[in-house]
Amino acid sequence: MPEYNWPEAEKRSRIGNRKTRLDGPVKVTGKAEYTYDVKLYGMLYAKMLTCPHAHAKIVSIDISQAEAMEGVKAIRMIQEPGAEIQWADDEIVAVAAETEDIARDALKAIKVEYEVLDHFVDDENKDAAPVVNPAQEEVTGDPDAAFANAAFVSEGFYGARVIAHACLESHGDVAVWDDDEHLTVFASTQAVSSLPGQFADGLGIPAANVRVICQHVGGGFGSKFSADRWGIECARLAKIAGRPVKLMLERDAEIHVAGGRPSSYAKIKTAADKDGNIVGWASESWGTGGPAGTGSPPVPYVWQIPNRRHQHSSIPTNIGPSRAWRAPNHPQACFLTMSALEDLAAKVGMDPLDFVLKNIALTGTRSQNYADELKIGADLIGWKHHWHPRGQAGDGPVKRGLGLALHTWGGRGHQSNCELVIHADSSVEIKLGSQDLGTGTRTVIALVVADTFGLTADDITVRIGDSRYPASGASGGSTTVGGVSSAARRASLVALEQLLGRIAPELEAKPEDLEVINSTIRVKGDHSKSLSWKEATALLGVSTITATGQHPGPGRLDDSGVAGIQMADVSVDTETGVVSINKMVAVQDCGLIIDLMTAESQVHGALIMGIAYSLAEERVMDPVTGTLLNGDMEFYKLPGIGDVGELVVHMMTGPGYDERGVIGLGEPPVVSPGAAISNAVANAIGVRVPYLPLTPDRVLEALGKGGAA
Amino acid sequence: MNSFEYASPRTIAGALEVLDNDSVILAGGTDLLSLMKEGLVAPKRVVNIKEIDELKGINVGEDGSVTIGALVTLEEVLESPDLAELCPSVVEAAAGVRSPQIQSVGTVAGDLCQRPRCWYYRNGFGLTAMKDGKSLARDGDNRYHAILGNDGAALFVNPSSLAPALIALDAKISIVGKSGSREVALADFFQTPSSDQEKEYKLEAGEILTAITIPSPAGKKVATYEIREKQALDWPLTAAAVAIEMNGDQVSAAKVVLGHVAPVPWVSAEAGAALAGKQVTAESAAAAGDAAVKSAKALSKNGFKIQLARVAVKRAVLRAAGMEV
Repeated sequence: MPEYNWPEAEKRSRIGNRKTRLDGPVKVTGKAEYTYDVKLYGMLYAKMLTCPHAHAKIVSIDISQAEAMEGVKAIRMIQEPGAEIQWADDEIVAVAAETEDIARDALKAIKVEYEVLDHFVDDENKDAAPVVNPAQEEVTGDPDAAFANAAFVSEGFYGARVIAHACLESHGDVAVWDDDEHLTVFASTQAVSSLPGQFADGLGIPAANVRVICQHVGGGFGSKFSADRWGIECARLAKIAGRPVKLMLERDAEIHVAGGRPSSYAKIKTAADKDGNIVGWASESWGTGGPAGTGSPPVPYVWQIPNRRHQHSSIPTNIGPSRAWRAPNHPQACFLTMSALEDLAAKVGMDPLDFVLKNIALTGTRSQNYADELKIGADLIGWKHHWHPRGQAGDGPVKRGLGLALHTWGGRGHQSNCELVIHADSSVEIKLGSQDLGTGTRTVIALVVADTFGLTADDITVRIGDSRYPASGASGGSTTVGGVSSAARRASLVALEQLLGRIAPELEAKPEDLEVINSTIRVKGDHSKSLSWKEATALLGVSTITATGQHPGPGRLDDSGVAGIQMADVSVDTETGVVSINKMVAVQDCGLIIDLMTAESQVHGALIMGIAYSLAEERVMDPVTGTLLNGDMEFYKLPGIGDVGELVVHMMTGPGYDERGVIGLGEPPVVSPGAAISNAVANAIGVRVPYLPLTPDRVLEALGKGGAA
Repeated sequence: MNSFEYASPRTIAGALEVLDNDSVILAGGTDLLSLMKEGLVAPKRVVNIKEIDELKGINVGEDGSVTIGALVTLEEVLESPDLAELCPSVVEAAAGVRSPQIQSVGTVAGDLCQRPRCWYYRNGFGLTAMKDGKSLARDGDNRYHAILGNDGAALFVNPSSLAPALIALDAKISIVGKSGSREVALADFFQTPSSDQEKEYKLEAGEILTAITIPSPAGKKVATYEIREKQALDWPLTAAAVAIEMNGDQVSAAKVVLGHVAPVPWVSAEAGAALAGKQVTAESAAAAGDAAVKSAKALSKNGFKIQLARVAVKRAVLRAAGMEV
């Protein structure tokens, strides 16, 4: 048994460096094949007829005309007459046809009669909701006494609107039956290894008969864990037609039914003593994520305020149901909490940086990390130089301001299995049923193996994205890097031990006296005795070395729990309400970093996504018809490069971080942008704009220069 | 998608022969193709005019007038030294279309004739978005809708990026049809439809917009100002274009045109009058902005656009005068 650990800093050859990602070339040249690109011989195209009403009962469905159309090869009634539809764009009938146009024409020929029912789609005004489901109030300490004795009390209202996942590659699949019992699915998914079971469940065949393939995915963000009803229907259409079928969602469906982050509104009261110590919190929150409502955001977020009261209400609405959106609930909770605390700091008359540092013990076990990160962030953004009290942003219509926020996440590695083979020709391959969401998973796996074997990442063939490889967890909750890198490290160590055992006699040494470095295996302390990696593996003759690795497993290779802080520098045009980002600074820890460039890229992406939901993104439902108004990329607004500003990322590494092992990074950096940017806007213009996104109408309304008539 | 005939004539005369009541004109196609894909337009015949050389090119006449062919692309506008020198506000306006793809294939006439971006229209509720006798836009989410000229059924805003700058320079357009050709002021080309049976511009079936002519802009101080939610591809929330003629240090005449505030590009005579006889100062520019929105009326969610229109006019005036905004 090898000793399962990560190499010491001075022995890392690949880990912790900057490596451009292995799949970069195929992506930038367009060679990478996404599910959307899959085109099989004889493939049909499927489209779905969806409900035009937010709430309705199906009275009748007539598919006879569509069935008779030339080129229509299969039709499936997804829902039957009598079914109650709870949101617009819910799927009713699916059609597979020779071309997309024929499929669309067939949908037009289907007649569905509805009994339209009352709908409710916007929960911002809780009092208008027909159904409100309050949860039990949670109380800690004595909030009443805390507020009664407080020197400063701040009260505010804050709200984050429903947004979509808006994956650039929409959800969908290509299904092909190899025979009546065996199915292959090309899926746009975050969960290669868990989809066979889901398809098997839906179709009544053994999971062993389902193969799922996904080499590249154009965004998931938590919305692509499921086979989904449309995936099952795609497979059914393919079976009926006896031909491969592709079913990818249209853009409006992608925005409305294939993703959604719940809204979160709250009235919050906070209290501080005369020295600026936070002593009390009281909040009443509500939100919706569709017909099932939504759970409470964890507020106060991170801050263990001694005396606190919180009550949440879940509000069912007739909108497409929510899915896990990158760091579920955290961005909303962070926005509510950090906005309220910044308002309290303003009431106390303190610089929020000083205020947060003064109270940092309330953040619990990671408080020292936060303090360290805040100091680094403050230097990087020039906090002490640029910060000013509210309302003191100088003359002229454009006001500049700074804001900050902090966040946490778990990120322990998921279950992962892998198989590693060293071939006699010196090549190395590693197989696991994982997937690369665009995060650099392939590259990370290759670096771990390369570091262990003294090779380069380009020497390693990484095979992922196929459910025939050893099962590996779904990519969600920042669990992938911890899982796959730990499993890959264990398999590499086992394989290396076997290889060294084989070649030690050749070098007249004991296996434990050998070391690998720069594609060479040599005797420690006697470098004249060495074999190149090629010479060493050639000794395998006609055999190979095969090793498996698992996570969890022996040794401490991963951990959970990170801290991160972000700061925003914004300019607000107080005549137009337009907010622009000058600079964002993110300081983040995530234990041992396998590839610094990939980690920084992950944070860059999160900042851009955070800027998007802070300034522009919002699912707009029509109050009259209850339907989605902005189901396209014109009105579902995502920023471009000119909207993003300067992004500065600082990763915490070295002693205190590296020895913790690998921790996931997908979620944490997307948590803080909303609060940091909102706080920067408040600092710039002197008043709180209570909503995300911070659109010009909302900024002007807060300034008393317009808004609703 | 419905099947359709496709014609690709090489002359205007040839195009007029194949254009009929059920035809649509295809130029850059950046709007038409999405309208067809969404089923909002279902023509029997698509007439591609891109092969007609008579519709191309930018020419400066001996009288200093500038003629822009209908097929001139936004990219050609951006790269034209003549336009940069003679009417920079038109170039600025073209730069507001923040998509290299649209700039490279989208045409000047196509920008003028693009259909409204109104989300009710684009979602199939019709140009005036009436449902059961009620206006969806008036009762629903009208944050991007009209603040001027919004008394009738039409509440969408004219989406053209170029029209305000062109109208401020008194541009005319040439239209040919089977019965001959006519020239009309661009400002009169647009109309506010009273129902879905009318269109938002006056181009009869069988007619082609062939060119845009700007009378000699010599001596006019021009500028545009857009207020946008995004720097990336997005239609502005509000835009203003101005052309100012000076007599010494005083404004002798000013034309102020707003975009994205009304179902038509909105010529604000009030704003022009507010500037006449004045020096351009921060105060007079602000007064022009106030005058521009004097008759504005907010719908339920677009009150902020009154403020935006006020500021866009003020800043366009200041920019035209070379002053800091």
